[in-house]
Amino acid sequence: MANIGIIEAIMAKVSIPVMAKARIGHFMEARILEALGVDYIDESEVLTPADEEHHIAKTAFRVPFVCGARNLGEALRRIAEGATMIRTKGEAGSGNIVEAVRHIRTIVKEMRHLTILGKEELLHEAKNLQAPLELVEWVAEHGRLPVPNFSAGGIATPADAALVMQLGAEAVFVGSGIFKSSDPAARANAIVKAAKNYNNPEKLLEASRELGDAMPGLDISKMAESELMQTRGW
Amino acid sequence: MKKVGVLSLQGDFAAHGAALEHAGAEPVYVRERAQLAQIDGLVIPGGESTTMLKLLRYEGLFDDLAEFGLRKPMFGTCAGAILMAREVSHPSQESLGLVDIAVERNGYGRQIDSRVVEIDTTENFQQRTAPGKLEAVFIRAPIIRRITGSVERASVNVLARFAGDPVLIEQGPHLVATFHPELTSDSRVHELFLRKL
Repeated sequence: MANIGIIEAIMAKVSIPVMAKARIGHFMEARILEALGVDYIDESEVLTPADEEHHIAKTAFRVPFVCGARNLGEALRRIAEGATMIRTKGEAGSGNIVEAVRHIRTIVKEMRHLTILGKEELLHEAKNLQAPLELVEWVAEHGRLPVPNFSAGGIATPADAALVMQLGAEAVFVGSGIFKSSDPAARANAIVKAAKNYNNPEKLLEASRELGDAMPGLDISKMAESELMQTRGW
Repeated sequence: MKKVGVLSLQGDFAAHGAALEHAGAEPVYVRERAQLAQIDGLVIPGGESTTMLKLLRYEGLFDDLAEFGLRKPMFGTCAGAILMAREVSHPSQESLGLVDIAVERNGYGRQIDSRVVEIDTTENFQQRTAPGKLEAVFIRAPIIRRITGSVERASVNVLARFAGDPVLIEQGPHLVATFHPELTSDSRVHELFLRKL
């Protein structure tokens, strides 16, 4: 959880919804953020987890939650706990899109797979995914998650945003990709335009012009697993 | 079949598309000026009005929508209601001024104050659609603070209220809801709009 004074100052300043992060499993941080009146809570692996076994029981809250996921099983477990939005984890703070691509591709492929299975196969698949059968059946019938599916973790350019939208994300989260770039305001603007025009290369070209340097990307294959944020949560 | 545009820059345009299909119209997802020539009416969906306004300016569509609204019916829900209003406060922002109402953004509170309620509708609404209460989904909804009045236009007709404040109004060809009829299975509000085309 960030400094409350900063969150309050942001809430007072902007007319758009404000999302704040709570540590994985830290339901009292979430209660404090709910009392503060933030619009959404991100139960986020970007902060060090407070609980190594349990995520927050989110159905007990009035404020909506978003949670990260690397695959369909993880996404459905979070939804079962009460998450009303899912985002791919990617690798936050890396400026490298490869993990976000891996995770959205994985989730979309796993959902597509469910749509061709028979009832008895879905029972088996629910066991493999470690996810509730009713959610597995819902995904098999509709071919998508029952909640909005966002992409996050490594998006640094307008082209990155358009790429994950093409791959099936309904919206994108961008944090350090904006704030660690040389031109945060212009880049935020350009990425919003890219998410809206993800199907239109001319508009994407326009959005990509006149940008400075993106944040420097990290080579994730050279990072130790213990340094990765995406492995937090289960 | 009537072709109805849904402004698709941001927000829940997909839900409006489905609701229009359910009510018996063909949705056209409007992202460019040229599409305005193909449609009989336009829906401005729910979403985030500041973002939508910026994207309207970026796409150069703001003036086109203001002009479209002088010729054809428009239906705004939530953020769409804000964009269609005459006056916007908290904070104040530019709007199309197509209906003579003054709205206050997030007038019912933040996300945590969002709710689903059953509301009464006027006899006029029920006679033109069907009887029964209306399920209304309010999400960071604007509140209609007052009807500003106009000499040269038809008067504003309130079709439903919640806690005393208007939440569904019409003025001439236009319809405005501060809630989200596109998120429920009751298609009466969309059907009413289709009858205006």
